[in-house]
Amino acid sequence: MIETPTNLRDASLTKAIMAEIRRITTQAWNIMEICGGQTHAIMQYGLDQLLPPEITLIHGPGCPVCVTSLQAIEQGLQIALQPEVIFTTFGDMLRVPGNQADLFTARSQGADVRVVYSPLDCLRISHENPGKQVVFFAIGFETTAPIIASTILSAQKLGITNYSILPANVLVPPAMHAILSNPANRVQGFLAAGHVCAVMGYHEYLQIAEQYQIPIVVTGFEPVDLVTGILMTIQQLEAGQHEVANAYPRFVTEAGNIVAQQMILQVFEPVDRQWRGIGHIPLSGLGLRPEFARFNALTRFELAPTPLNESSLCIAGKVLSGVAKPLDCPAFGKDCTPSHPLGAPMVSSEGACAAYYRYHRINE
Amino acid sequence: MTQPELPVIDGPNCPLPIHNRGTIVLGHGSGGQMTHDLIRDVFHSRLSNAILNASNDAAKIPETPSGKRLVVSTDAHIVTPLFFAGGDIGRLAVCGTVNDVATLGAEPHYLTATFILEEGFAIHELELIVDSFADACHEAGVELIAADTKVTEKGKSDKLFISTTGFGWAESRLQIGGEQAKPGDAVIISGPVGNHGIAVAEARGNLGFSSQVCSDIAPLNHMVKALLDANLDVHVLRDPTRGGLATTLVEIARQSKVNIQLDEENIPVDKPVRKTCELLGLDPLYLANEGKLILILPAEQAEQALQVMHNSRYGGKAKLIGKVLEQSKGQVWLKTPFGTTRVLEMLAGEMLPRIC
Repeated sequence: MIETPTNLRDASLTKAIMAEIRRITTQAWNIMEICGGQTHAIMQYGLDQLLPPEITLIHGPGCPVCVTSLQAIEQGLQIALQPEVIFTTFGDMLRVPGNQADLFTARSQGADVRVVYSPLDCLRISHENPGKQVVFFAIGFETTAPIIASTILSAQKLGITNYSILPANVLVPPAMHAILSNPANRVQGFLAAGHVCAVMGYHEYLQIAEQYQIPIVVTGFEPVDLVTGILMTIQQLEAGQHEVANAYPRFVTEAGNIVAQQMILQVFEPVDRQWRGIGHIPLSGLGLRPEFARFNALTRFELAPTPLNESSLCIAGKVLSGVAKPLDCPAFGKDCTPSHPLGAPMVSSEGACAAYYRYHRINE
Repeated sequence: MTQPELPVIDGPNCPLPIHNRGTIVLGHGSGGQMTHDLIRDVFHSRLSNAILNASNDAAKIPETPSGKRLVVSTDAHIVTPLFFAGGDIGRLAVCGTVNDVATLGAEPHYLTATFILEEGFAIHELELIVDSFADACHEAGVELIAADTKVTEKGKSDKLFISTTGFGWAESRLQIGGEQAKPGDAVIISGPVGNHGIAVAEARGNLGFSSQVCSDIAPLNHMVKALLDANLDVHVLRDPTRGGLATTLVEIARQSKVNIQLDEENIPVDKPVRKTCELLGLDPLYLANEGKLILILPAEQAEQALQVMHNSRYGGKAKLIGKVLEQSKGQVWLKTPFGTTRVLEMLAGEMLPRIC
């Protein structure tokens, strides 16, 4: 197992960097951490409590289960309930509410829904269950895409015919464009998601930084990583700069992981995608290329169209685009809790609302 | 010249009933000879004692000693798979119930048990589990005094479920319970948390690697007795099983209507458990334990309590992890090494690994 260097959690180093942040901050700044894993870590360590009051962290749309569209979830539920299907998914997808039900409900109705830690497990399950159709719910950002692509390539090579995916992967840069071009946008600097950049590099962000005149700092997930990313963003903001900087050089290079990128390119192509709570974003998803269409579960199963009813109370869209904080939602902690989520950000522990509920709630 | 070999004739080939089956069949639940044979061969041979051997439809519990009162707890045990690193469902069924009885300050003495068997379950596995059940009874110092077996058709249950009820006696004067935490009390945990949750996840094949983590299943009644024998003013005892340390402490905080503050740096978590949690996006504070004790008592007695725990078999790594704050609606606060604080909630539902 990879050891996390303990000095990256060093409290005195973290506090020293915080002191430097306080020293250089002269005015109010809004910084968005894109990735849900970063939101989770910030809340877990309470780093937001150490920031000077001028700095506001806005929690971005980088929680893959949160932004998976209601339509994809309804499709997943329908596929999972087919008798010959073994439906496989990452764990926290199970509790994401569709119109009425979630995958736990489907399981209680007899669906064979299995949690996998790696999509590669699906190939083993396919091999062990030749009479079944194994469908993987392909969610996530650029981080999960290469390994999902590798399952498709392996299935093709090994002649596995009972495996398919429900394609729902999304891409970070189009979401950044969507946030920045929103007239209500408040984001003045980005912490880019370290894991995504480890795969994709950060060359894609150069144009965004230039176009919107906004600093973007590639940031990791440990306390020292996070406060370093914040410091480097504020240094630029205070100096009026808008560069792409790398605060996560131990894993990220500008070019990224070329092999992984080639795998994504080989199997997937950019497609328009609906983001839950945010809306339609052009070319923001990964769809299977025509030559891999037979691995698309949507072509294997006949699905009935379903009306899509989102909760009228939930303000997930505003939360995910940084316009509102979870505490601004009238349903937060009352009608909407992790045990009874109205919207996806309350489901995953990476979701901004769930992270707030767990780590940030003051007395009821 | 050699005699031609004659075919050997066995005589009339009448199919005799099979006596030594390797698996449970519905006949084992008939109440007839097969049931009796199963009970004699698998259960009585391992769990014999004077009360059980009376073989009546019910067991008589000896009179409660004066100044004591009867404490009862019941628990159904379902675990997949039945065997995992550090234990199995047999040990779990004994320790789970023994520990629940002990958390009211009682000395557990007797157990009753129901074994629900699925048709097709391998008898040698049942024997291993009953062996382990018997060993755990012996270690805890309890006797099985009444038991039942039932067999379900294949598919109507899952291999083996065990329900146990435990009986013990507690000093009548004792007032131990989740509602007894008082402002100023110390919060102690008897050792590292999360091991059982990881061991079972690994046995389910959910990790995809070997974590080297064993379940912590253990009877805690001897440690509880040692604490009470030391005349400590114990306010709360609780074993943080499902939902983990965090959920159990939230329960206590709400029952006692107090806030509890934990010091994250002092909560013991074994390194392989921590690493596995980080890899999978799990939180050790929410993972199940089956051999850990939360002790809450006046802060001035914490040092003595720790000494007692350190001298007991399952308390060697006991640590002071927090304190009871003021009266309130009941929240648990975690102080991080960064000097920040966050609220711990109950586990919302099933613990799900995060995606990345």
